[in-house]
Amino acid sequence: MTARTTTGDAGATTVPAATLALGDDALVLAQRLGEWAGGAPVLEEEVALANIALDLLGQARVLLSLVGDEDELAYLREERAFRNCQLVEQPNGDFAHTIARQLYFSTYQHLLYRRLAAGDSPLAGLAAKAVKEVAYHQDHAEHWTLRLGDGTEESHRRMQAACDALWRYTGELFQPLDGLDLDTEAMERAWLDSVTAVLGRATLTVPPGPRTGAWSAGAGRQGLHTESFGRMLAEMQHLHRSHPGASW
Amino acid sequence: MTTGTAETTATEGMTASQAALEAVFDAAVAADERIEPRDWMPDAYRAGLVRQIAQHAHSEIIGMQPEANWITRAPSLRRKAILMAKVQDEAGHGLYLYSAAETLGTSRDELLDKLHSGRQKYSSIFNYPTLTWADVGAIGWLVDGAAITNQVPLCRCSYGPYARAMVRVCKEESFHQRQGYEALLALSRGTEAQHAMAQDAVDRWWWPSLMMFGPPDDESTHSAQAMAWKIKRHSNDELRQRFVDIAAPQAESLGLTLPDPDLKWNEERGHYDFGPIDWDEFWNVLKGNGPCNEQRLSKRRKAHEDGAWVREAAAAYAGKHDGRHGNDNHGRDDAHGRHDEQHTHTHGEAGA
Ligand SMILES: [Fe+2]
Ligand SMILES: [Fe+2]
Repeated sequence: MTARTTTGDAGATTVPAATLALGDDALVLAQRLGEWAGGAPVLEEEVALANIALDLLGQARVLLSLVGDEDELAYLREERAFRNCQLVEQPNGDFAHTIARQLYFSTYQHLLYRRLAAGDSPLAGLAAKAVKEVAYHQDHAEHWTLRLGDGTEESHRRMQAACDALWRYTGELFQPLDGLDLDTEAMERAWLDSVTAVLGRATLTVPPGPRTGAWSAGAGRQGLHTESFGRMLAEMQHLHRSHPGASW
Repeated sequence: MTTGTAETTATEGMTASQAALEAVFDAAVAADERIEPRDWMPDAYRAGLVRQIAQHAHSEIIGMQPEANWITRAPSLRRKAILMAKVQDEAGHGLYLYSAAETLGTSRDELLDKLHSGRQKYSSIFNYPTLTWADVGAIGWLVDGAAITNQVPLCRCSYGPYARAMVRVCKEESFHQRQGYEALLALSRGTEAQHAMAQDAVDRWWWPSLMMFGPPDDESTHSAQAMAWKIKRHSNDELRQRFVDIAAPQAESLGLTLPDPDLKWNEERGHYDFGPIDWDEFWNVLKGNGPCNEQRLSKRRKAHEDGAWVREAAAAYAGKHDGRHGNDNHGRDDAHGRHDEQHTHTHGEAGA
């Protein structure tokens, strides 16, 4: 018994436990961005936001398929079984909130995938492909942060409010990820440098508040989510769950 | 007298040069040459084109709504990706078409303003609701299918930019049509509940799809002149018949029935006969009494109004940083980065 289990789990094919968390990050953010369809502020952004959502959904499908059946994982898990960080599940809010969420997350994801691509984990291949997509996401978010921060008085106010509101969800990103050998402290320093520089160029201030909520450090990764997440899942899963065993 | 003579001469001169221009234009149209933005064209030709291209562009962007309604609820991740890519394509079609209208001297803002104030229309089909997941399949199969039938001849339209936009659009619409068919096929061959869902969707979308070709030929106001100018190449009724002839056998392969007891192959005509269309419903929806007219337009207006501060910010930023960071292209570069990879990916999966 023990021998068989060992053989089954052995070798480079073992996927790190964090694969599920990274897949959930991508899936949940794709779902949120999908809510924008038909409601973007300008037609070019309909295309751009869908583009980013499609990239993320593609990443999610590859990652979840490494763990199990993508649809079972996406549609049949309860809220507490999801391992995504709380940042990606935050509601879209106004366009500034969506952009702030994109800035924080894509900066993190770019740092993460660049390191994974350079490593030898089973995620290296996926990361090498995704890192190009994510570089575009980061570029898109940075450009909009500049336009909104350094645009009009109203856009400046909205962008600052969005950056402040989401700041408390960024600490969680640098909790160690199970099974991945990453220098998360170095990643966090690089992330802070990058975000600080962009906010500065955008004439915005780095939010003064803490980067974690009172109890939320690492919470999403442990299956603790915020209230709106349950509703998001209810909408996403309802149809699939209404037809058990059906294929689509 | 003297003045009079001079005036007469001038007028005659203008008329003569006008006539010469018109002759060049008519000859180009007759020879199936393309009219390009800088060519002279009759005012009515320009106005007719702007009207048609605008209505088409508006249909693309309003048409995103009924399908976007299911993105967040798509029942598998594969279907979600296909649907997202499709709705993204429709936004892209809107972009091409507004650009085509711009070549005629009408800005996107001006046209959007006319859409929002109800002075220009979009295709009435999008005033029907998407009530179940199967509606997404039915729209792809029937609505994109009808759009293709309408638009393939426009690839040879006399106005160059419109014709070229249509070539790109039609290519993508045919992916949508196949994906819709394939989604319906999966439902039709699925569980009893899925099959019923597919049949119900086809029952609801069939007649409105036939109405997409516009009123019968004897009631169509813009058709004759548009045909003479080769903006339009076939009559509404001809195109409608062509569509029925394509769709009827496809319905059979899908294992679904079309809700028309009179639908029958007519050996003599070499076409399917079909029952009478409820034109009262058509005119009624067109006048604003469809199930979703109000909803579609208010959602569009709200997106536009909610986005005003974003567009203002982009313009203000571009003004401050003129010539430094890809300024005035607020997002245009992004549009160019459309998801071609995903495209081949999801389109390639459509087996039908
Ligand atoms: Fe389209
Ligand atoms: Fe389409």
